Amino acid sequence: MSNIWWAIVKRDLRLGWQQGTAVIPIAFVLLVATLFAFAIGPDRLVLYRVAQGAIWTATLLAALLPIDRLIRPDHEAGFLAQYAVRGLASEQVALAKWLAHWLGFGPAMMVAALPALALMSGRTDHILSLTLALLLATAGLAALSLMVASLTAGFRASAALSGMLLLPLSIPLLIFGVGSTHPIDGMAAMKLLAAASLFLTAIAPFAAGAALRGLHR
Amino acid sequence: MTSPTALTRPQAALRLEDVACRRGGRLLFTGLSLSLLPGDAAQISGPNGIGKSSLLRLIAGLVPRFHGVIEIAGEMALADESLALDPLDPLEVALDYWAALDDGRHRLAAAMEMMGLSHLAPVPVRMLSTGQRKRAVLARTIASGAGLWLLDEPGNGLDRDGLERLEHAIAVHRASGGIVLIASHFPIALPDAKPVVLSCGTLAA
Repeated sequence: MSNIWWAIVKRDLRLGWQQGTAVIPIAFVLLVATLFAFAIGPDRLVLYRVAQGAIWTATLLAALLPIDRLIRPDHEAGFLAQYAVRGLASEQVALAKWLAHWLGFGPAMMVAALPALALMSGRTDHILSLTLALLLATAGLAALSLMVASLTAGFRASAALSGMLLLPLSIPLLIFGVGSTHPIDGMAAMKLLAAASLFLTAIAPFAAGAALRGLHR
Repeated sequence: MTSPTALTRPQAALRLEDVACRRGGRLLFTGLSLSLLPGDAAQISGPNGIGKSSLLRLIAGLVPRFHGVIEIAGEMALADESLALDPLDPLEVALDYWAALDDGRHRLAAAMEMMGLSHLAPVPVRMLSTGQRKRAVLARTIASGAGLWLLDEPGNGLDRDGLERLEHAIAVHRASGGIVLIASHFPIALPDAKPVVLSCGTLAA
């Protein structure tokens, strides 16, 4: 059974690479950072203060981009039904899809953070803690994306609905993520970020798995 | 019973008892009983919408059982209208994904040959015609090595040659102890096939 599981992870990673799942969110985050810089103006100090918030907001919005491609194509092409016929639990499919999505999305966001931070604030002094926080947060974001994608895969035009579902639930990640670079109590926020992310990751296979089972009916 | 084919393929069996199917709050069929042993075949008939595809999906475990008993021994393979092959991949690579999952890589070349697909191996799946796609789905089913085949309209889109290849594949499968359950409007040659007529009555309490 575990070789089937790894085969799903490998296929999803390969498809993600083919479809530019890693490149598009990077370009998106950099674009949002540029928009913020233009909108706020050339005041260094103000830009420095809003840079973290802008990057985290951009990351949350970037998590929406791949949702349409996570589950629906596999559902419509019959892949999910074929997995089910082979006796693979939908929870296992969900877990494999989460891992493949995180492995593509997480590093992309960490790579995008450095140029985005430099672009906005001209300084990169928080880059280590920001990168670590993004590593933790993207696991939870990938889990949220997977749950939302599984819930909305049966609907046709679900882009707006996906945003309404995902963004409110990702607020804890945003708050603790931004807080984790605070010079004094950053570590406490980082721990809470890890906890929030772990919680989302832990429930995702079950929530998404139940939603995937419902798709066949 | 101890021939090599019987050893490589777990004995397949299917038993349905008083099965009813409900989808979308509507009762499709009721009181279906059926028992298939190695080498058996059954052809499901009935008007459109009576639940022929639903019965196959019910047995495949995709739809929750509403009433009755379903017992299956061995692995099963479902060939329905969905392709489940990556459109950009060459046909052989796309089929190999499933063959690897099914531990059936050594069967893939023979399965493609059986459906007359060998010369299409390097062609991307998205370039295939309707009939070629159907052949690909059937080749995946053959390569799966599963004992129980659930075929939903396997003749759709197939030409005369394709139909003959399908009938031959089914005959070989049955001869080696496999079971075939078909929902088809096409007259597919199934010697000694049990007819399954779906109908909707009232549920016995």
